[in-house]
Amino acid sequence: MSSLLQKFKPKEGSFLETFKYKDLLVQLVSRDIKLKYRRSFLGYVWSVLNPLLIMIIMSVVFSFLFQRNLALFPIYLLAGRTMFEFVNHSVGKALGAITDNTSLLKKTYVPKYMFPLSKVTSTMVDFVFSLGALVIVMVFFSFTEQRVLFSFWNFGIIIPIIQAYIFALGLGFFLAQLHVFFRDIRYIYNAFVTMWLYCSAIFYDLGMLYEKGVKQAAKGIEPYAKYLAIIIERFNPLYIYIKQFRYFVWVPAVGKTPYWAAVDQWDFLIGMGYALLMFAIGVFFFKRSQDKFILYI
Amino acid sequence: MTNSNSEPMGGDSEYIIDVNNVTIRFNKSTENINDLKEYFIKLVKRQLMFQEFLALQDVSLHIKKGEAWAIIGTNGSGKSTLLKVISKILKPYKGSVSVRGTVASLIELGAGIDPKLTARENIYLNGCLLGYDKKFIDSKFDEIVEFSELEDFLDSPVQNFSSGMKSRLGFSVATIVQPDILIVDEVLSVGDVLFRKKCMNKMNEMLSNGTTLLFVSHNMTQVRAMCNKAVWLNHGKVLKVGDAQEICDEYETNIEAIKAAERKKRAKAEKALNEQAENIRKKREQTDSANK
Repeated sequence: MSSLLQKFKPKEGSFLETFKYKDLLVQLVSRDIKLKYRRSFLGYVWSVLNPLLIMIIMSVVFSFLFQRNLALFPIYLLAGRTMFEFVNHSVGKALGAITDNTSLLKKTYVPKYMFPLSKVTSTMVDFVFSLGALVIVMVFFSFTEQRVLFSFWNFGIIIPIIQAYIFALGLGFFLAQLHVFFRDIRYIYNAFVTMWLYCSAIFYDLGMLYEKGVKQAAKGIEPYAKYLAIIIERFNPLYIYIKQFRYFVWVPAVGKTPYWAAVDQWDFLIGMGYALLMFAIGVFFFKRSQDKFILYI
Repeated sequence: MTNSNSEPMGGDSEYIIDVNNVTIRFNKSTENINDLKEYFIKLVKRQLMFQEFLALQDVSLHIKKGEAWAIIGTNGSGKSTLLKVISKILKPYKGSVSVRGTVASLIELGAGIDPKLTARENIYLNGCLLGYDKKFIDSKFDEIVEFSELEDFLDSPVQNFSSGMKSRLGFSVATIVQPDILIVDEVLSVGDVLFRKKCMNKMNEMLSNGTTLLFVSHNMTQVRAMCNKAVWLNHGKVLKVGDAQEICDEYETNIEAIKAAERKKRAKAEKALNEQAENIRKKREQTDSANK
């Protein structure tokens, strides 16, 4: 095996080169994790407490606002938000990965893919830690509902996580290379994230939009709400991942599947398709411009 | 533009480092444009100029295995740029570079040192940045620690270290292998005398084991001691290539001449300044006497 690895000579500047540096990836990821949790007693507690607090606030606000009694709304909300924050944080960190390592890139040769890659990976590890919050909420509701909300299906979350990871990598590579040349990409991205948040059905459900579409059609107007729902469902990859995630966590907990939460093989295929497409785009642009980084950092 | 290839040793070329007609181009624009807003403003105003600056022009260098080369020249002559091209940090704009074998480059010690991590963690991180795997670093760990003389500080964060300690750490990690090519850029100016001596010994030991050395220094005594060949760069062009002793002699006389010319210039300027001061004094005396 090791001799096979030694014979493996990827071309310089290709993504495959990162496999030669897998130990570096481990070091970079463990550095990020260590520095986040070291010397702070509440380190891990914070990464669980923070989503919990936000979930409590949002559940209270939105159950008043929408007056729609979605069963186990806190779990629904937390599941969506955790997934959204994973992609959002990892892309946000990957975006600055090249510009933050200026001194290193000027002095040693390291495959430049390593930096966005390590940021997305360490955020994923962080995300797995923060799933603790979801476990706590589910344990809590298991008691109040007097039944076990966990199921064998929960292990299925690995599928949307893998898809979201590949997608975040692609978007991270794309934005990281753009950020080298245009430093205000960060602000544009932040504005974009706000829009993305509202388009990802974190605190509402697509059933709402579909029903409104039916009402609009009954009134004789164009069912715009339905169109919006279809756009979100088909063209927002992040929603596709959130939908899958909820299908493996919230749906088994509730015990029945609303029509808008049902996931079929197309959701998996389209979700994976978007992830691979984004990855290909990201790697393509990153590879094309990586030799110019040194002139701009 | 040809990509450099890092093929294993034993190719058909007799040169371990082969630099052919390399030109490096930088953008010397008056301001850096690095955000979209400025980009569009300049685009509308038609001010998107590209002022090229050639850090290296048509530089060729052929180095055989086991040779020790010095790169000399005044500040801004392109020495560090040439080293960066050879250690794959910069890609040539024109020309080609081919390097055969492993490269350990000591361009700036401790480039990958994270101040918040401990020395132990930094040894692993730095080693991996240089392309070694964890198993290998495990096996060399004691050796690194011993050479760096940091046994007592292994688990304290590097931000508490002195700059000498940091460069000791950097040097020890960078030289754990016997590289085919060792690139050294004035890193030996840090650290105490004893450690500097230790580094020189280590480099000499590597040299006698067949490592090819590339050395940048302003210190001609060191160059004469370490190197047998030299290349003299001036404003990005190769001025002279040849035997280290000869080039050093010539460089020194040249530098002496430049220095003498500068001294003359300075003396002249000083003289003019004194005259001016004298004039002012005379004028004031005149006005003073007139007031009386």
